[in-house]
Amino acid sequence: MMWPLIRQIAKVGIVTEKRPVAQEMENPKEIHDEILKILGRALTIREVDAGSCNGCELELNALGNVYYNLEGLGIKFVASPRHADMLLVTGPVARSMSHALAVTNEAMPDPKIVVAVGDCAINGGIFGTSYASLGGVSKALKVDLAIPGCPPEPIVILEGILTAVRYRMRPRTGEK
Amino acid sequence: MDIANLELDVSAMPAEFTLFRGEVSSDEWSTAAFAIAEDHGRLVSLWGNQRGDGTFVLSSVYDIGALIWLDLPLAKGSISYPDISGLFPSANRLQRAVGDLLGLEAAGAADSRPWLNHRMWPADYFPLRKANSGKEEFADDLADDYQFVQVLGDGVHEIAVGPVHAGIIEPGHFRFSVVGEKTLRLEERLGYTHKGVDKAFEQLFAVDGYRLAGRMSGDSTVAYAWSYCMSLENIWNWKLPERATWLRAIALERERIANHLGDLGALGNDAGFAFGLSQFMRLKEDVLRLNKKLFSHRFMMDYICPGGVERDVDADGLAVILAQCAVVEEEVRTLQKIYDDHSGLQDRFMTTGIVTFDVATKLGLTGMAGRASGIIHDVRIDASCAPYSKMDVHVSSRETGDVCARVDVRFDELFESLRLIRNLIGNLPMGAIRTEYVERGPEGSGAGWIEGWRGGIFTALYVDSKGQISRCHVHDPSWQNWPVIEYAVIGDIVPDFPLINKSFNLSYSGHDR
Repeated sequence: MMWPLIRQIAKVGIVTEKRPVAQEMENPKEIHDEILKILGRALTIREVDAGSCNGCELELNALGNVYYNLEGLGIKFVASPRHADMLLVTGPVARSMSHALAVTNEAMPDPKIVVAVGDCAINGGIFGTSYASLGGVSKALKVDLAIPGCPPEPIVILEGILTAVRYRMRPRTGEK
Repeated sequence: MDIANLELDVSAMPAEFTLFRGEVSSDEWSTAAFAIAEDHGRLVSLWGNQRGDGTFVLSSVYDIGALIWLDLPLAKGSISYPDISGLFPSANRLQRAVGDLLGLEAAGAADSRPWLNHRMWPADYFPLRKANSGKEEFADDLADDYQFVQVLGDGVHEIAVGPVHAGIIEPGHFRFSVVGEKTLRLEERLGYTHKGVDKAFEQLFAVDGYRLAGRMSGDSTVAYAWSYCMSLENIWNWKLPERATWLRAIALERERIANHLGDLGALGNDAGFAFGLSQFMRLKEDVLRLNKKLFSHRFMMDYICPGGVERDVDADGLAVILAQCAVVEEEVRTLQKIYDDHSGLQDRFMTTGIVTFDVATKLGLTGMAGRASGIIHDVRIDASCAPYSKMDVHVSSRETGDVCARVDVRFDELFESLRLIRNLIGNLPMGAIRTEYVERGPEGSGAGWIEGWRGGIFTALYVDSKGQISRCHVHDPSWQNWPVIEYAVIGDIVPDFPLINKSFNLSYSGHDR
């Protein structure tokens, strides 16, 4: 049983890629160190789908695959908002999700970063604003950074996450 | 079933597949439903519409070998129609959705709780009525008092999960009634991602609607866009060049492959086998990257457009697709062997989340999950359009209806899709990829039906004389399959729920719209 498994692992090898992000960040170790320097720990993210078509979720899940190896950078999606530094929101905010989104945000400790992922999260995108949709995430929460795309590709999301960490978390003021 | 046996006044509609349509009376609505249920016909979808004169029409579509589309016009001032959820359980939520969006009542329905309206808009506001713009905004201070069914007895307690779940997935609420670890009852509550899509369609020109259709459920964007375009092309008698339909089919099969790869990995992971996730997700990423290169988008969004496709694939591109087919085939064969031989994995897969053939038939389980319970239907065969009508699609099915069966059917379908792609490329006709752009055709209504990776995606489109959409109903197979999960989990332990749920992998967004 074990041999075919090990053979397959050995055959594939390590396929994790260099991050094609900003020049100074090519080395995963540097990203790792920078996150450590800013946060003093791994970066933890709570994701909330506030009404997306699930396209953005596909790309967020792809970030975990071996090519991007998100966890290898010290970035982790967590189940509990109490453990999260960053709230990552996709989709237009469906009115029926606005309460759950607000409660998740409240449950997170300060300081926290709120990132809107995808065109819908920015302004409602193709779904716009209606009796059932509030539009972008900024209608419900204070957003620190928005990542455009329909859906944004994994590498773009990764760039956005790193940018948000750098610019929002550095002054650790603890403001709300 | 022979259409003549129904004794209805229906006539054949122009469509890529066999479709009959006719108006029925209230009595005929019920008797037809009864006759179709008796004969094991299946409910495809049900929706409502308001006509220009203010009256309402209820529509249902059944699959009886051919598709039959019934319209029930209600008398002026009437908002009531006969309930069919006793015959077709999947009609329950569809009828409740019609109630929330249009304010019509299924007379005699046992369950008339709201479904899509979580009291985020008033109970007397109906977005799909023509007098409403859909842009109305309401304060969200209404009390949401949804009544879950309660299970009483010694030691019974409830576990409430969601709408926000533990992982990166869509929102929905699950209410478990359990004794110890055992699930006695599961009740789903969906509708959290309802964003008013049906009304949003009515603000679009028909030629633009395909982009919105392609965002009903991101993982099925190709199938939705094709289904939508097919309905429009049928209304306007818009003929496609052969090469366009072949390219559409290549895209559709690649969508199926990408999703099955992702699910097979996730299913291994949900059973504690992380190796599976990393291996399959790697292959999925390879497929997505090639999509980006050849179809301009990782999920091929907006690739299918009215009249054809957006972009041709040249000989080099086709060769790369074939090469990728070979790699995926070889790798997945290796992985399938590892999955099959892994006793720990098989122990979790087998006999978990069983949906027997009888339950599946009664509840109307459809698509890939249906085939895993022995319900052998596939739109690519039942209602095949070009190019499937010229191909021999092999349907995979299992009898056991457990997680293992849904895993096995995915493996089979993945290999079948690889075979179909090779076939499609081998016989790809030369020529144009899109017929001339038509901005406006005659008014009318039409249907589209495409086998997405989850199951059949049905579109009913109504276009007015200005070329604008007056109503568009897109139906996800998840409507049929969500209620079945409530049965699949009975008797299993709560920790098996994520595995069972994943083995169906239904769409929330496609359902909630």
